[in-house]
Amino acid sequence: MTSLPKTTAKKLGLVVDLDICVGCHACAVNCKEWNAGAKSAPLTDYDPYGKKPDGVWFNRVHTYETTDEAGHGQTVHFPRSCLHCEDAPCVTVCPTGASYKREEDGIVLVNEDICIGCKLCSWACPYGAREYDENEGVMKKCTLCVDKIYNENLPEESRVPACVSTCPAGARSFGDLGDPDSEVSKLVAARGGYDLMPEQGTKPVNKYLPPRPRQDGRGGDKAPRMLEHADDSTEGAGLIARWVDKILS
Amino acid sequence: MHPAKSVIFFTTASGAGYGMMIWLGVLAALGMLPQETVFGILVFGLAFALIVGGLLSSTFHLGRPERAWRAMSQWRTSWLSREGLAAIIGFVPLGLFALVAIFSIADMALGVVLGLVGAAMALLTLYCTAMIYASLKTIPAWHNRWTVAGYLVLGPMNGAVILAFLLAVFGFEEAAGTMRTIAGVMIIIGLTVKTFYWKHLATAPATSTAGSATGLGHLGKVEMTGSPHDQDNYLLREMGFRIARKHARKLGRIAIVLGFWMPLACLLVAGIFLDGGLPAAGIALLFVAVIACQIGITAERWLFFAEARHAVTLYYGEKAL
Repeated sequence: MTSLPKTTAKKLGLVVDLDICVGCHACAVNCKEWNAGAKSAPLTDYDPYGKKPDGVWFNRVHTYETTDEAGHGQTVHFPRSCLHCEDAPCVTVCPTGASYKREEDGIVLVNEDICIGCKLCSWACPYGAREYDENEGVMKKCTLCVDKIYNENLPEESRVPACVSTCPAGARSFGDLGDPDSEVSKLVAARGGYDLMPEQGTKPVNKYLPPRPRQDGRGGDKAPRMLEHADDSTEGAGLIARWVDKILS
Repeated sequence: MHPAKSVIFFTTASGAGYGMMIWLGVLAALGMLPQETVFGILVFGLAFALIVGGLLSSTFHLGRPERAWRAMSQWRTSWLSREGLAAIIGFVPLGLFALVAIFSIADMALGVVLGLVGAAMALLTLYCTAMIYASLKTIPAWHNRWTVAGYLVLGPMNGAVILAFLLAVFGFEEAAGTMRTIAGVMIIIGLTVKTFYWKHLATAPATSTAGSATGLGHLGKVEMTGSPHDQDNYLLREMGFRIARKHARKLGRIAIVLGFWMPLACLLVAGIFLDGGLPAAGIALLFVAVIACQIGITAERWLFFAEARHAVTLYYGEKAL
């Protein structure tokens, strides 16, 4: 059970574009919303309306500032959730078999009916993907919305994880990262998608796309600027427009 | 890492209990194990009480203690599962060894075999406990050879100090002398291992950094300016435990002085008293050694958790591990 599958037929996962993410926390909120009524329900909150609200969340958005040697800063919003690792250390440490990785699609799940709440999986995960539910006494984690992505009662375009469907900026993509021809794999290849903490040897499935270099002349290729599409040509313009252009220029 | 009282008690108590069992097996093999019923009941009883009490205490930190039996099933991959199995299987030779040693239900030759098999199982259980911690790459302070060495040495060291005291109380002079020597040697080895452990902690190069955790290291220094939540959460309570530096230094000194130097000094002086015909003074000093050792090892174990930093803290402002 807690032996990892040698290979998985699919590697379903997320691609998070750090260049697009605006740090609005909508993914975290909709994750909470969906999962509070789904497989892992209830997604417990402690003191939700009190002075120290706290609770189980599968998705957390951090904000970082980077500063280079010249003192130039850059702000990066950074959503953090389960990466559904190929060599998931949270699975192999589990003493009961409650923690497992699915052979058919690579999703890492917890069987809450046999979890003893020893918390060792949360110690083994470098990414903080696992959160303990103190009321239920069991460990909970991102399910990649396993009860949404295969749900035939939903329209097909809704069969993506809640964090993906809700992102107003389109910073999150979902797909099969084991298939080199999938949209997400192409996106990773084109944008230099990378693993978090590769030195931990977990082989994460989820990838992050780096922020593009800033437009102030530092770095390599610039992000596309909408204004640069404007040019001086009057080709294709109407008679009056060309006449006005002639007078004004 | 949060130093949970139940886990600190578990590892120190069962470590001492298994340590006692290991030396009882060795004493049996050396033909030095006193076969006296009261002594046997007390000494084996204490060892079992420490082991069972520790194991029970370890289930207190479970969210679902009633499901603890399930923890035995995943021995193929999980060191926690292996530990549980080794502990349960170990009770068979250890229990039979105790019955032979106390009540002479069989020939002592069989007792020696059972004692040595039991000692091997005790060592194996301690090894599994150590590997639960040492196998976690996320915690570099544990993911090194000194963690395993520490668990394999400190339990038997503590057990030897306790046995040296009990043997002296019952007046088994030859065995008590041997045990004092063993305890002294184990203390020196233990102090050496912990010194290397702390040296390793201070000098090991960083494994993961805030840069590698976020993948933003190429942009320069990475600092968290916005936390996902403005209160503590599970991750920070369990893995983000921070220890004040002055307490770490103080506790480190307590661990070294009370855990090692004081028991060693007490053992040496107690030996002089016992050989010089002052048994009461000798026994009193050995008792001091036992108490000092428990306080010192508890401080050591608290630090083992409190000083260990977890990779997830890199997302919350820690720079490097």
